[in-house]
Parts: sequence; structure tokens; C-alpha cells
Amino acid sequence: MGGETALVTLSRASIGVMSCNPAIGGLGKGHLVREIDALDGVMGRVADRAGIQFRLLNRSKGPAVQGPRAQADRKIYLTEMQRMLAQTEHLTIIEGEAADFRMDGSKVTGIVFACGRELAARSVILTTGTFLRGVIHIGDVSRPGGRMGDPPSLRLAERIDSFALPLGRLKTGTPPRLNGKTINWSLLQEQPPDEDPVMFSFMSSHPSVRQVSCGITHTNSRTHDIIRDNLSRSAMYGGHIEGIGPRYCPSIEDKVVRFGEKTSHQIFLEPESLSDSVIYPNGISTSLPPDVQEAYVRSIVGLERAEILQPGYAIEYDYVDPRALDARLAVREVPGLFLAGQINGTTGYEEAAAQGLVAGLNAALYARDEEPALFNRTDSYIGVMVDDLTTRGVTEPYRMFTSRAEFRLSLRADNADQRLTPRGIELGCVGPERQRIFDSKMDRLNSARNRLETARYTPRDLSGVGISVAQDGTRRNGMQVLAFPDVQVESLIPLDADYRNIDPETAAQLKRDATYASYIARQARDVEMLRRDEGVAIPPGFDYEQIAGLSNELKAKLSKARPETIARAARIDGMTPAALALILVCLRRSERTRSA
Amino acid sequence: METIFALSTAQGKAGIAVIRVSGPDVSVAAKAIFGDLPPPRIASRRFLVDANGARLDEAIIIYFPEGASFTGESVLEFQTHGSQAVASALLSRLGMLPGFRAAEPGEFTRRALVNGRLDLTQVEALGDLLESETEAQRLQSMRVFSGELAETAAAWRERLVRALALLNVVIDFSDEEIPGNVYPDLREALASVRSSLEAQISGYAIAERIRAGFEVAIVGAPNVGKSTLLNALAGREAAITSEFAGTTRDVIEVRMDLGGLPVTFLDTAGLRETDDVVESIGIARGRARAQAADLRVFLRDGELDFSDLVQADDIILRAKADIGKPSDDGISGLTGLGVDALIRRIGSILGERAQGGGLAIRARHEAAMRRGEEALVAALAVLDEDLSCPDVVCEEVQAAVRALDCLVGRIDVETVLDEIFATFCLGK
Repeated sequence: MGGETALVTLSRASIGVMSCNPAIGGLGKGHLVREIDALDGVMGRVADRAGIQFRLLNRSKGPAVQGPRAQADRKIYLTEMQRMLAQTEHLTIIEGEAADFRMDGSKVTGIVFACGRELAARSVILTTGTFLRGVIHIGDVSRPGGRMGDPPSLRLAERIDSFALPLGRLKTGTPPRLNGKTINWSLLQEQPPDEDPVMFSFMSSHPSVRQVSCGITHTNSRTHDIIRDNLSRSAMYGGHIEGIGPRYCPSIEDKVVRFGEKTSHQIFLEPESLSDSVIYPNGISTSLPPDVQEAYVRSIVGLERAEILQPGYAIEYDYVDPRALDARLAVREVPGLFLAGQINGTTGYEEAAAQGLVAGLNAALYARDEEPALFNRTDSYIGVMVDDLTTRGVTEPYRMFTSRAEFRLSLRADNADQRLTPRGIELGCVGPERQRIFDSKMDRLNSARNRLETARYTPRDLSGVGISVAQDGTRRNGMQVLAFPDVQVESLIPLDADYRNIDPETAAQLKRDATYASYIARQARDVEMLRRDEGVAIPPGFDYEQIAGLSNELKAKLSKARPETIARAARIDGMTPAALALILVCLRRSERTRSA
Repeated sequence: METIFALSTAQGKAGIAVIRVSGPDVSVAAKAIFGDLPPPRIASRRFLVDANGARLDEAIIIYFPEGASFTGESVLEFQTHGSQAVASALLSRLGMLPGFRAAEPGEFTRRALVNGRLDLTQVEALGDLLESETEAQRLQSMRVFSGELAETAAAWRERLVRALALLNVVIDFSDEEIPGNVYPDLREALASVRSSLEAQISGYAIAERIRAGFEVAIVGAPNVGKSTLLNALAGREAAITSEFAGTTRDVIEVRMDLGGLPVTFLDTAGLRETDDVVESIGIARGRARAQAADLRVFLRDGELDFSDLVQADDIILRAKADIGKPSDDGISGLTGLGVDALIRRIGSILGERAQGGGLAIRARHEAAMRRGEEALVAALAVLDEDLSCPDVVCEEVQAAVRALDCLVGRIDVETVLDEIFATFCLGK
């Protein structure tokens, strides 16, 4: 977009380090990567270059819930990411510790380095990851740190305290890293890569490096006994950690305690790189002491002689209650300051990258005094996430799922470009190469769709080419025929040889559109209803205390979240229809008083 | 906040009139008109004075303090003598007080809603309760007014949300170990909500009848005694009766309370072949109304005419039983013979049908439930046919949840409010 941008980091070499598991995408997360890519973010392209095992999750289910995922080679990912950044125009990378903000009253006007030097900026995006008052726990030993080997940011934490933002504490964990050469692979089940790999980026067509399998093994009752016997030595269960961890990605201690009846849990053994033998055992993150980690790891089939290269650890960190942010991810009370990533209570590379994109676009627009770029629940997973964070806040590290999107059938990974690339072109964040590819794709798609929509087939035409259809005398257009479960574009070629010219990607896209067409039409009506509610604005200074019928709990929640519309108020946890009606009636009353 | 007031009993002469005042300044009204506020909830006799201190009336005053009144605000009720002059003098006195104004239509109820004393479905039911004329209508609106519809909808929603959670586990955690097969539970949940919705939807037609009244058509050849019977039923001369065939050209309606049920009797035009253009229009109209009615009473004098109109449960009687030989199925509007038995019989047929009435008492409720039911039917069809489309099943279940959300006003609340308050009148 042409804005001069500085990226300030403690160490240039750590840009692109994957500090959790070396995988990108998944269900919901894959959708985010596609959306980031549609707006020309780099994550998808880098992951495609680094992918050593591509799998499309939910391949057997509907296209709306399929999620692309890839196991990434850590080293390639880092190298590619650094290469991409080096090529990015208007971006300067500065190595140093950002210790404080430059302030002008309540406004942030840049940063102050630990050495005292200053850097002026119209807008600043803060992405502290797990570094904000980060504490690493391995068993009963803990020390300050943002991630293995890096110091935490304490001075910055104090400055943030001075903004009096609501803070909370979260935790996350990692498993021990294993030496693949010490694993007995011959005993283990294999999880092969997809034969027909699906890429993240709309600009990529195939993997760049060799594809490998992961291994699968399981914990057993002996593993669980060892963990149970040593629970008091776990940082989490020994009472050393107060932060809240994610329910859907529990530590092995959590799994053993909370699902006591299960005698076995699945573990994926994921290679971290083609060029070394480090294995990431996905499913056994822990904060037990190293000797216990070794004991339980070695109780597992195939890992009897496994060597631990780096013990697993838990990390606790501060986050800012994201209800203090607006839909640009800007801090409401501190003009010029934007927050993105784990500081907003999320977990995962994809969630962080998507927020970085929203904050980045808006920081640039803010610096130029232009209208913000806002995303909403009806146009993207990005919009769903921003809305969830800023209206509902978080109670555990926030991870994207397809089920968070109520308009899931239209917000698909396969149409992310159609939903967002035109916006990106308008905003000026999409490069010429992507724009060219997108335009040509849309030309092909539109002409093929047009051909199908204008064609009319009688039931006799269709049964003539083996398509079973009710002999109801109804003439159907090509898209309607394509909506039948077993019909593909190919099946129509006998009716019109021109369909041969539709390329496979366009054909697949049309088939997906046809499958969901009737649902999407209905969703459009619901979207309309939601828009109507979105259209009912609640003035910023609206006084919830005056609504006698609201419970004190809801008053407190509403005063905190300060929803901008009735639709957003409806999504606040614990909101009841009666409460919504109250707010609306009061809104109307105050409108009447004003106009009177 | 202004203090509002209105005459809460009907306009016109009556034994007493009740004037309700609600808002922060009721004590101002008390001071100006009769003195200090009486103790809460105790009927107290007071002398009311006008602005000049002249006696206006002698009245019973009841004070309901804030938080323990219909509107949730401080409320003062004046029970005055039921004269129009007294009421208008008191209303104009109230209107002179600073911060006081006449209530808008539905404003007391609106304030009750704002103050959390009623929810939306209760407001709707209150509207019906105030309109109710018969026992069945009272019972029906009372059920919803007590919150049963909102509670039932919440229970359905909870089951559906649980079903959505099961479906989303299948979708979002497909890479992980999912506990057992979730489909039987899922199917059970969807099917049970669907059948409850179906029952409520079919109850709506009945609920609507209870609200608007059942129609019973009296059918028979000209001059067979339909109008005479109607008059006997109504106990008054509702239809003009004469000795000449074809007098009753239009459809005459008589509305009555039949054992607690609202029933409208229709006297259709005498049905026969005719060349008279005006009369044939009346006959066609009569046939159509008779066909659409809830029940038909056929009067025959010899052979049964119009047997094509007979439906299940219909009653066939021999007319003019006062002349000719006595029989079990005879009736005479003239002497009243068999009229009580007919009333009992109609009451028992309609009373049985009225049992099927449900919680859906407004077209809005029925429409939302129908949308929900249709979505669940579609969800179950996809579920039974193809397990590989959990996304589509989810979409249908979500549509059902959205329909229930509309029902209780969780979404699109503005439309719901408009609709509700459009039907309210002053003073309620």
C-alpha cells in the first residue's frame, strides 16, 4: 500500500521461527491462510514452499468444511519467510528491543528502544506473542522467558499497565522434541501425505520439496500411571501455573486427569525438517520435569529408546482483553496503538497472521487518515475472528474453527479469493502478479458459469446422457443440473462438447457453487436480517445503567464490550432476547427524546 | 423520565373508573390531589381535589412502590366513580402537573418490558389476555403470559444447540479421536424437537380458533327454520325471520360464548336453485361460508339436501320438530325443543378440538415454528441419506435455531417489537 514500515525485532534471525508445532493450516485455520493469501499475505506461499506433507482435512465431507493443512519444514519456512520479507518494498527490519512507546498525551507516536533511541511513527502495532511477562515452566522449575532462549519484555509490560487495559493470563505448552533416529518406526502406523496435494496459495500449483509421512502411536495405561504418579511435580498440577490453557489442545496431564476412563491417546510423530531428524510428538505437550518426560515417553510403543532433544515446557503470558479493541484491532483508549496475535488472547500462527493483516491494513489507513478496512462475519473468517475477539473476549486461548462461522457454506477456503481479492485490489495491498492471476481465473469462471446458466435441458435430454432426473417436464439450466449429487461438469460433455474446454479447477469450483446454491440463497436472507440488526447502531456513550430491567451482570458486560450495534450486542455471552429488547426500546426512547 | 397516566378502564359510564399513573413523580400527583402517599398495596379512601382545592371526587387509592408494580416503576391507581366527567377532570388535573403527560398506546406495557417485568411473548399474550372474552381464550393467553412459550422455545433451542455441538465435533475435530458414533444421539435430538414443533404448529389452527372464534354454519333449504333456530340460540332477534323463502339474503352472524368457547353461528342464505341474480350471489356466498366453517348443523325437512357439504362431526337434525311426530333428532327453534341438546353437542365437539390448542398463539409464532420445522425435516432427510454432508445438516439445524431466535426476539428484534406494539391500545 506504499506506507513506509519498520519491523522491529529482538533478533532478525528469529523472524519465521515456528515455535510451536511445525504445521500450518487445518480446519478453520486453513480457511484463514487462504484469506490471508487472497489479500496477498505471504503465509500461504511460504507454507507451500516449505510443505513436506500436505493433507486436505475432511476430504470426504462437504467442500465448505475441508481444511488444507501442511506439515512444514522449519528451516525452509524460516528461510523462505526471510527471503519474502527481504523482497518486500517499503519494509525496513530493525534489530533492537522496543522497550517503551513515544507518547503525545494519550496518543502513541512511535517507540523507544532499550538503548534510549526513538523511532517516530503515525501508528504502531504491538505483537508481543508470549513475551509479555512470559514465564517458562518445566516441572517445578520456572524462569522468566518469552520462548525457549529468549528474554521476556518486562519494561513494555509496565508501560502497558499504565494504559490500565484489562489484562489476563493464559498458558500454552509444547511437547518434548525427539530424535527421529532413536524411534523404532517399524512398529508404527504410517500417515502418508495426500496423493493429490492441495496448496494454500491461489498462486501455487504443487509442492516444492519431497513429501514425507508422519508416524502414529498411542499412549497406554503405563504411560498414564507414570503421569498420574508424578502429577504433583507438574507445573500445572503442582500449582505453579495460574494461566488458563486451551480446552481443545490439552496437555497430556490434562488428558489423563480429565479423561481418566480413556486408556490411550493418539500421538502424531511429525518430522520438523527434511534436513534433520527432529520429531515433534503432537499430542503430549507437558510441563512435567524432564526425568518424568523421559519415563513416560519411553513407555510408548516405538519410543522405547527415544532420546529427548529438548524437554517440553509450559509458558504463561499476559494478554490484553480484546474487548478493549475496536474492529480495526486498535486500542480504543490509546490512539495510534494496534495489537495483534497472542497479546489478544489467540493461539496459532494462522490466527496471529490474520490479525497482523487486519492491524497492518488499518494502521496504514490510520496513518493516512483514510477510512478503516473492516471485515465482518458475513464476508470472512477474519471478520468472524475479529468480531468474536472484540465483542465476546476470550476465556481460553482462541483458536479458529469452522463452527465459529455461521455462514460457513459461503465462507469457503476455495472461494476466499473471490470473497477478498477484489477488496485487496481496492485497498492496494494486492500485487500485480496476483491481480493478473485472479482476473484470468474470474474470466474463465464467469464464462463457464454463463454458458451453464444459459443452457436449458429437458428431463429427456438429461436421461439421454445417463443423468437420472424426475420426468417432470421442467427445463433445468446447467448449474441446476450440476447441483445433483452425482453430476460433474464432465457428465454434461455429451450434451455440449464445448464443456470440454472448461479446465478442471473451474469445473470443480462451479460444482461447489452449484452444490451450495440453494443454501446460500437462504443464507443471504439471514445475512439480510443480520445486516438489519447491524444497522441499528448503539451510540458510544449509551448508558446501560439506566435500563432498570437489565441484570447487573449484563450491565457490566455491556459497559465493558460497548457493542456498536444491536447485532454485536446479541453476540455477547449471556445475552438474552429480553435484554436485547430492553436495549432496543431504550435506544428508541432516547432517539425520541433527542428528536423531540 | 416522564410520569405517564391514562384511563385504564373502558370509556363511558360504569360503576368505577381506574386511572393509572406510573413514573418517578407519583408522589407529586398524590400531594397535589389528595395528600401523602398511602402505605403500599393498601386500598385507602381519599378525597380528591382539583387545582383550586375544590373537591373533585371521593376515591380509593392504591400505591405500588417501584420494583413491585406492573410497570416496575412507582404506580398510583385512582379508583374513582365511573363518571366520564370525574375521569376527564382527574386526567386534566394530572396533565397540569410538571413532568406528567398522557400515556401513549401500549406505553405501560412497554415500560413493563423495559423494566424486565415481562418478556416479548408475555407482552403478546397480555394483548390477548386483555382481549379475551371467553374462558378458553383466557386460559390460552394465560399459559403464554406465564412464560411457557419462551421457556419451551428455550428448551428446544438448547437441544438443537447441543445437536450442533455434536455435528461440529465431527467436522472440526475429524483429525482427532471422536468418542463413539454421535449420529444416533443427533438423530434423536433433531427428531424430538421436530415432533414438538409439529405438534405446536398443528395446535396453532386451534389456538387461532380460540382467539378469533369457531364458526358453526346452519345449513338447510329455504324456510326450513334456520333463522328461527339462530334466534333461539342467541336468545334474541338477530336474523330477520319471515314466512317467505329467501328472506335471509346475506350471511347473518351471531357471536356467543358456548361453554367458555367463542363461537360464531352463521345463518347462511337458504340454499336452493334460483334465477334471481341477487339471491344466487347470496346463495354462493352462503355455500362458501358453510364449507369453510368449523362445523355445520344441517336442518332437513324430509330428505337431506346439500349432502355434498357434509363433513366429519357435522350435525344433521330434523327441522320444525314442533309439528309432526316427535323423534330424537328433532329440533324446533320456535318451541326451543332440542336446542339445549344441540348446544351441548356443539360444545362437546368443539371443546374436544380446543384441547389441541398450543403455545403458538400468533401468526408470527406459527411462521417461525414452521420455518424451524421445515429446516429440521430437511436436516433429518440429509442425515438419513448421506453421512458425508455434516456441513449441510449443520446449516439446516442452524436455520432452525435462527427461526427459534426470531420467535423469541433474539434476532430481528426490531421487527418483532414493531409488530407487537402495533396492536396495543391506550392504557394497557
